Amino acid sequence: MKARTLFDKLWDSHVVEKLPNGTSVLYIDRHLVHEVTSPQAFEGLRMSHRRLRHPEATLAVIDHNVPTTDRDQPIAEEQSRQQIEALQRNVKEFDVPFIPLLSDKQGIVHVVGPEQGVSLPGMTIVCGDSHTSTHGALGALAFGIGTSEVEHVMATQTLLQKPAKNLKIEIEGTPKVGITAKDIILAVIGKIGTAGGTGHVIEFTGSVVRNMDMAGRMTLCNMAIEAGARAGLVAPDEITFEYIKGRPFAPKAKDFEQAVAYWRTLATDEGAHYDRVVQININDLEPMITWGNSPEDVIPITGKVPDPAEIADESQRKRKQRMLEYMGLKPGQPIKGVKIDAIFIGSCTNSRIEDLRIAAQIAKGRKVADHVWALVVPGSGLIKKQAEAEGLDKIFKEAGFEWREAGCSMCLAMNPDRLQPGQRCASTSNRNFEGRQGPDSRTHLVSPAMAAAAAIKGELTDVREMM
Amino acid sequence: MEKFDILSAIAAPLLEANIDTDKIIPARFLKTIQRSGLGKFAFYAQRYDENGNENKDFILNREPYRHAQILITYENFGCGSSREHAPWALLDMGIRCVIAPSFADIFFNNSFKNGILPIVLPRAICDQLVEDCKLGANARITIDLKKQQIIRPNGETIDFDVDPLRKQLLLDGMDDIAQTLQYVKEIDQFEEKRKENQPWFPSIQSKELNP
Repeated sequence: MKARTLFDKLWDSHVVEKLPNGTSVLYIDRHLVHEVTSPQAFEGLRMSHRRLRHPEATLAVIDHNVPTTDRDQPIAEEQSRQQIEALQRNVKEFDVPFIPLLSDKQGIVHVVGPEQGVSLPGMTIVCGDSHTSTHGALGALAFGIGTSEVEHVMATQTLLQKPAKNLKIEIEGTPKVGITAKDIILAVIGKIGTAGGTGHVIEFTGSVVRNMDMAGRMTLCNMAIEAGARAGLVAPDEITFEYIKGRPFAPKAKDFEQAVAYWRTLATDEGAHYDRVVQININDLEPMITWGNSPEDVIPITGKVPDPAEIADESQRKRKQRMLEYMGLKPGQPIKGVKIDAIFIGSCTNSRIEDLRIAAQIAKGRKVADHVWALVVPGSGLIKKQAEAEGLDKIFKEAGFEWREAGCSMCLAMNPDRLQPGQRCASTSNRNFEGRQGPDSRTHLVSPAMAAAAAIKGELTDVREMM
Repeated sequence: MEKFDILSAIAAPLLEANIDTDKIIPARFLKTIQRSGLGKFAFYAQRYDENGNENKDFILNREPYRHAQILITYENFGCGSSREHAPWALLDMGIRCVIAPSFADIFFNNSFKNGILPIVLPRAICDQLVEDCKLGANARITIDLKKQQIIRPNGETIDFDVDPLRKQLLLDGMDDIAQTLQYVKEIDQFEEKRKENQPWFPSIQSKELNP
């Protein structure tokens, strides 16, 4: 049999029917649902008198809109409340498994899926959210879909899809102290660009990925979408199986052994064809930070803001000039030392217990600068509980960070957590688009360690000086 | 979904690459539980000033472009989030066709499902069409989906590619679910085979979530 990649195997094992135009009816194993992209899909089902084909393959959770304080109070913002109540009604009417807001298990959908063992290797996983790529870290084909597709999966448990191309990103070298998965993925996006992965599924390989923990792999795959890829993947291995073992919805005992035996067959075969290969050595990688309004606008913390005048293409030049204006930066200015107003540690990119531990290490025994608003938002209620058991909440609170309830929070500022116009934030989230953290907000994407360091110094800074 | 066959309309140039979905519709406007009504929030940050008044410099606020049904833009249009609110907002403001050198994958798929035709053409041809946009209030660009042709104001035609299945669904105004439900038997068989081969495959039971 022809040598196949991990993606090829995931794809082939889910094709229900190949249609003449190259599209396939692709079977979907898991459908994760949240309050923002589902109401119109449920409405569509209702209007056409359809039901979910497999409610027991579906899991709904509230994350985008939820306040991160005073959870026992009614939700103040009228439209947020309506959207949340719509989901609560819909899961009842359509019998969809649902994690209520006040449950410990509540959290960001892409944190909850792996944490509960709902997302497993070898699966196809979709959600009406682009960062569904996160679940690819388990060796599952996981990608974001629009609301029409949400309805389609609900009604048919399938999607109409065309196969993607294979892009291998091989990461080698030894990371220096202070370098995390976030710095690596920012460097990758800086190298290949936000459209570098368009039409492709990225498989992350190489010794760095093989030695990386699941949290790091999730950070990598989470931001595959920021490189334009449809999905990110890491081949499942012992680290993956160890992570899954004992999780609530993972197979148990004999079933687990059988599952692992199958999951072991998923890794890319020797000699399989990739349409493109990108190699990156991280020996000399420094902590990375974005300066502009696209995740590809990335420089090392020791670097300077680029000068758009050097760009030949006019529309590109104008775009970068506009970014500098929006971000309030000057060409050639060192990025280190730029004063900030806020930091945000959280989001499906960087809100796992490992992320909080690193940030707490930096925060320990120090104080947040007086002018900085510092927000720590765990990815799930269970992570929050774990962090509290380890005393991380105390470290954060004593240092002057706010310790919040789980949710998407200031990654996209759909809830009350948002910046004021013109405010500058070092953020562990995934997008630095204009207005992302509130109208006219300024976002610099960084790792959790870098965000914590910035909070203490009150400016963008090199975390290595604080380690 | 509204059918798409021939569209003859004003086209507006948006001369930027990487126009992301947050730019098309900022996250704070995603709280609706309906598909309609998002048009007034499209391109919000560029379209309105801080007091919510129209920004006269923004192209889609100017005559004749405020009546545009076609957008001509640059690379990687629609990058970022999977929010279908982006095509809903465009559709609600009257846009039925977007022409660009490239699109982000999810936005590209979402467009078709809402009766918006995304057309991929090389940058040089997009630039020609941008010139056509400037020919004044009476100039129109025509999109003939059946023939897969764009007819410029000067009568010249430009051929474009479109996936045959997507084309048919657009021409018929038919939704994907009806199309897929023709394969229900195959889906049943797939599930039976899986039960046999992977008896360990877990399901999600509500009672385990809320004991």
